[in-house]
Amino acid sequence: MSAPNVPGQPSPANPGDQPDPVRGVPAGAAPDADTMALRRPPAQSGAARPAGANPTDGPAPPPRSPAGDSAAVGRGAPAGGVAPGGRSPWHPAMLFTPARLRQLGALVLVGLLAAVVTGPTGNSDEPLQAAWDSIADPRIVLFLILAVALWVVLVLWAELRGVLTRLTAPVRAPVGAAYGRRGAPIVLNVVLLAIAIIAPQVVSTAAQQSMVTDIGIYALLALGLNVVVGYAGLLDLGYIAFFAIGAYTTAYFTSQSAMPWHAPFTLNPFFVFPIALVLAALAGVILGAPTLRLRGDYLAIVTLGFGEIIHLVANNADGITNGARGAFGVPHLSVHLLGLDYTWGIDPKPYYYLLLAIVVLVMIAFGRLERSRIGRAWAAIREDEVAAEATGVATLRLKLLAFAIGASVSGFAGVMFASKQFFNPQSFSLQASFFVVAVVIFGGMGSRLGVVVGAVVLQGLAFYLRDKVEPADRYIYFGAVIVIMMIFRPQGLVPSRRRRREIELSEAGIGSADSLGSAPAGGRP
Amino acid sequence: MSPGAGDDTGDLVVEARDLQLRFGGVTSLDGVSLRQRRGEILAVIGPNGAGKTSLFNCLTGAYRPQHGSVTFWPSSGRPAELVGRRPHAITRLGVARTFQNIRLFPALSALENVQIGTEVRQRYGAVSAILGLPHARRAERDGVRRAGELLDLVGLGHRTHELAASLPYGEQRRLEIARALGTGPGLLLLDEPAAGTNPAEKRDLAALITRISGTGVSVLLIEHDMTLVMSLATSVTVLNFGRVIAHGTPGEVQRNPAVIEAYLGVADTTGDAAPAGGVDAGTRKELR
Amino acid sequence: MGFLDQFWQLTIDGLMVGSLYAVIALGYTLVYGVLQLINFAHSEVFMLGSFGGLFVARALLPGDGSVPGGLESVGLVAIGLGAGAICGGLAALTLERVAYRPLRRRSAPRLAYLISAIGASLFAVNLAGKEFGRQNVDLPDLFHNGTVFKLFGADVSTQSLVIFAVAIAMLVGLDRLVAGTRLGQGIRAVAQDADTAVLMGVDVERIIIVTFIVGGLLAGAGGFLYAMTFNASYSMGFVPGVKAFTAAVLGGIGNVRGAMLGGLLLGLVESYGGYLFQASYKDVIAFLVLVAILMIRPSGLLGERLGRAA
Ligand SMILES: Nc1ncnc2c1ncn2[C@@H]1O[C@H](COP(=O)(O)OP(=O)(O)O)[C@@H](O)[C@H]1O
Ligand SMILES: [Mg+2]
Repeated sequence: MSAPNVPGQPSPANPGDQPDPVRGVPAGAAPDADTMALRRPPAQSGAARPAGANPTDGPAPPPRSPAGDSAAVGRGAPAGGVAPGGRSPWHPAMLFTPARLRQLGALVLVGLLAAVVTGPTGNSDEPLQAAWDSIADPRIVLFLILAVALWVVLVLWAELRGVLTRLTAPVRAPVGAAYGRRGAPIVLNVVLLAIAIIAPQVVSTAAQQSMVTDIGIYALLALGLNVVVGYAGLLDLGYIAFFAIGAYTTAYFTSQSAMPWHAPFTLNPFFVFPIALVLAALAGVILGAPTLRLRGDYLAIVTLGFGEIIHLVANNADGITNGARGAFGVPHLSVHLLGLDYTWGIDPKPYYYLLLAIVVLVMIAFGRLERSRIGRAWAAIREDEVAAEATGVATLRLKLLAFAIGASVSGFAGVMFASKQFFNPQSFSLQASFFVVAVVIFGGMGSRLGVVVGAVVLQGLAFYLRDKVEPADRYIYFGAVIVIMMIFRPQGLVPSRRRRREIELSEAGIGSADSLGSAPAGGRP
Repeated sequence: MSPGAGDDTGDLVVEARDLQLRFGGVTSLDGVSLRQRRGEILAVIGPNGAGKTSLFNCLTGAYRPQHGSVTFWPSSGRPAELVGRRPHAITRLGVARTFQNIRLFPALSALENVQIGTEVRQRYGAVSAILGLPHARRAERDGVRRAGELLDLVGLGHRTHELAASLPYGEQRRLEIARALGTGPGLLLLDEPAAGTNPAEKRDLAALITRISGTGVSVLLIEHDMTLVMSLATSVTVLNFGRVIAHGTPGEVQRNPAVIEAYLGVADTTGDAAPAGGVDAGTRKELR
Repeated sequence: MGFLDQFWQLTIDGLMVGSLYAVIALGYTLVYGVLQLINFAHSEVFMLGSFGGLFVARALLPGDGSVPGGLESVGLVAIGLGAGAICGGLAALTLERVAYRPLRRRSAPRLAYLISAIGASLFAVNLAGKEFGRQNVDLPDLFHNGTVFKLFGADVSTQSLVIFAVAIAMLVGLDRLVAGTRLGQGIRAVAQDADTAVLMGVDVERIIIVTFIVGGLLAGAGGFLYAMTFNASYSMGFVPGVKAFTAAVLGGIGNVRGAMLGGLLLGLVESYGGYLFQASYKDVIAFLVLVAILMIRPSGLLGERLGRAA
């Protein structure tokens, strides 16, 4: 809310109560009651009001139904634009309405695209050859069948859902009741934790074990970014830069040989944790303080540029960071304290358990934060920034706090990452930032459990694709995941309840769900 | 006998001097001055577009006027200049407000909405919250208790855990008042609190405002319903075209020719088409 | 050689690159005008247009590696521009359809648009990398690139002349479009106030789509010019994208003439700066400019808003 004031032009910081000058009626010139009818919210009862108040002014009447009741609020229809039908009896002709056919067409296109995405790799000498080969391959039949099958499912969705509901009813009732019982979430968490503890014992190959630690790192990163995106409703696209700061700080302080540039002394990596935390938070504040007072989407692009600069420097400054070769030989984490002597070695398992402990602690910490006055203030900022300010919430400071907390978690994760001995700037590319964004979006912004699940699933996907496609090609899938989630399930896989309600309400025109300012203008199609 | 215009500033709670606010070519406020004594209920009335909400926005820092100043006397401490401060800082000084178009935190519960208000004065930070330090827990408990009291005060005790967005309209208005009270204001600005409420709700609202005023909070009120204004306000300031055209007791203002002119000048000639809304018919009658 | 000796050469180079930035910046500014939204995937529209123009022009070149001349060159450049523009327009249309429209349909929060655009961008970049390879792709010369004339002792090459002329023609054309046509009127109306535009009978939906397409056409043609000057690659969009965005903000985002001015200015600043400091940190300059404007005058040189631009 505060574009700095241009003289002679008060900041339209609070347009909420005010009509735009172009549509405002010159003060007092028009009969009072007419203009008033335009501005006043429609009365719920009592005094009669002119019917058909102008739809563009005034707030929408508050819904009478509890907002948690989600189905009522405008959910986007699937790609073809057809909402799954009501209760009308089913008839084959319903399959061939223009909208249904458009939907089928769209799905076929998506199927073709999927064939190209999963098809052979091309080159610039024959630019369309690879795409053609993908489509002219027998495999295409499979994709088309899938597309049509998906279409049929969508068409029959209303019926299918009815059947599913009936079939699962006997199971869902007791499960729902059990989950609703006091302490049930704790049981769930304990079960999940147990799975997390057993997981590395079950996975066999070394590659899989190192994947499990990668999941840990990304879960940590996602928890940090979640504070920025999910709690404060901001977007940080240079998030991985703080990760890089953490990693290079570690190399600087713990080793005389990892980089050409190093401290005159060496520290145990454990002592670097606080240093990296503070440095990353500081970088976040320096970057965020000037930018956060602007419109929210500028933050995204400034952080994007910052991330790219850090990557550029890491990659090119041979004399300082060792450039593209990366830093090698950062010592492992180790404890030598009170007779305790332990070193985290090559074996990824102990490393994983350390990460797991940290992830759990961070989840608990952020849970408390979320339920404190700070978490509530963040929610207030997301839902109505103007009202939050008017209620005494220092919106700028709180956004900065979220930004700094996110950055410091990222820096912290960087230390963990570096103390696996080797890293190079590739890990700090823009795409890595986008990957963390994808994890948060996929899992569910604002949901701690969600983003951890997101890290597991997407890192799992990355691992699965590792031998199947070129490493860089995996980002095609992550990009698709982001878009698909935004279209069909913006609240994520394991949504935070509050976040979901905010998205639904804001889509119904009540409040907002981020702190980037009002929703984009433009009519609904 | 012009109340509030006494020369001693000793008992003033807020004073605005010569506020000017322009949007491009539109002048919303054109040299508006206003004084309110502590404990007083001052009503600001005027036709739509007169600049009432703009005035509120200038007082609360949402807009920054091009010219003019606003002094606020907190219940304790030194008087403060409000122009140039950010809204949250003004709220912390003790000026709270509601909005003409209700602006609650829709996905938070009624209790949480008010809690956010009460937390303005709390000091514990992120680290204390994470570690669950005793003072943070105590502050948290205090906030919940205070918020509960305020919900009871505005008659929403039974709605504590319901989402703000799910409350009926009239209750949302009262919830907004509770949230504003949560910040512990010395001056409460209410922007058309009775808009869109029915007569019964209006009576409750009048009682509520009287009660609030009774606790020592000064109330600055924008209201169209003259019955309500007459029954509540100690004095009235009338705005038109961004200027103050009259100030005085409700009775004086009602008899003021300029005020009658402002309300009826145009509307009268256009005849009956205008006041379909009950409020304005009421306003008109009262003013005559 | 000192800076002053190089001054005019740097100026000419700066204007050439700057006019490209301006062309891309218009896409950001137009979309920002109607949707109040930074189209993060615009750089990929530019990239796809660039490839489209490059592939078509390359396919039409004589196979013997000789450099064409005369009318043939003119035709090739024109076809390349057209192909680039069409690819860019199609890419922008698809982008709007897939990444934005479903969100608009349910009035999603702003954050959703940014994220969706980033996903689309990630998808497009890497799909292009997969289909076209991840090396730089060069476009053989379409004309003899020599010095046409000297200006204050600096060489003005055919290439810079072509780029500058085409870019300026597009800028002027767009300015006319926005200022002087019914379509432009619609765009400005939506930019001013979409709700009122609806009431006045403007088909906002159509305007938004057309705006995306116009931005895409420009970016695609600009992409072809870029490929002609430098080369094309799957990741080429990012840097010019950020710079064009900077140009748009510098001029005042949402302001058509501002974007033009901003592009040219940024080109100059970068050209001088790259000479005075170090060429490899040239890209950092644009970013610093961006941060500086945001700090000092976030509404840009000419002020925000499309409605006021023309
Ligand atoms: N943000 C704004 N932008 C443009 N004009 C505004 C803005 N806020 C207020 N105005 C103008 O100021 C005048 C006074 O409006 P307002 O203060 O809302 O009147 P009231 O509350 O008395 O009905 C109106 O003409 C209105 O159009
Ligand atoms: Mg008002």
